[in-house]
Amino acid sequence: MKFGILVNEGPFTHQASDSAYQFAKAAIEKGHEVLRVFFYYDGVNNANKLSEPQSDDRNLVKLWGELGKEHNIDLVVCIAAALRRGIKQDVLADGFRISGLGQLIEVGIAADRTVVFGD
Amino acid sequence: MSEEVVFDTEGVRKNFMFLNRKAPYGTIYALEILEMILISAAFEQNTTVAFMDDGVYQIKKGQNTKALGMKNFSPMYGVVEMEKEDAEEDEDVEMVWRIVVEQESMEARGLSPEDLVLDVEVLPAAEFGALMAQQDVILGG
Repeated sequence: MKFGILVNEGPFTHQASDSAYQFAKAAIEKGHEVLRVFFYYDGVNNANKLSEPQSDDRNLVKLWGELGKEHNIDLVVCIAAALRRGIKQDVLADGFRISGLGQLIEVGIAADRTVVFGD
Repeated sequence: MSEEVVFDTEGVRKNFMFLNRKAPYGTIYALEILEMILISAAFEQNTTVAFMDDGVYQIKKGQNTKALGMKNFSPMYGVVEMEKEDAEEDEDVEMVWRIVVEQESMEARGLSPEDLVLDVEVLPAAEFGALMAQQDVILGG
């Protein structure tokens, strides 16, 4: 099955991004495909390379980037949501790209299922 | 920066629901869903803009955000209505646009359709749920 994923929360206050990451990983392990992960609302903070969690904790920014590269997942950060929150090209972590909301609608059309993570 | 990826969506029309569940102010969800809805119109999908829980307050008439120091974005819902009218008038595209409110949420807040800035269909929870079950994609916050 082809999945699109929407991440609506940042990497720390809510568990949404962790759950989305675990879901994506599990889906791929089961032989499914994740076409695109779209980061919206505070979810755009998942792409901030300046984020520095404590060394004994998971680093979701890095984990997303690695998962994206390894499995060729398109990691897209919404430009309107990102600019509001100071996420720009110069702080964008490896593996992510900034684009418009149309990318969310497009993957909603292309994927068999669109799964939303957030409150 | 990673390279652009394009998926083939030519000729595919799905059922999209934009589910508004949060009050217009206090969090940014209402404003950012509205931005989602406006962008989505270009993709000519079947679209349901739905309001339930405190989300019904998003379309209440007479909002004044002056004391909050925030932009009153409720006039932007007028564009949603225009998109719906455009979709209905466009004879080349068979596309369904609906604006629905869950009856129980509306009544629990002492509101009636006359209090709302949009011309809405009022659906009881069971019908609202059945409509959700018909969707391919539900986006909300």
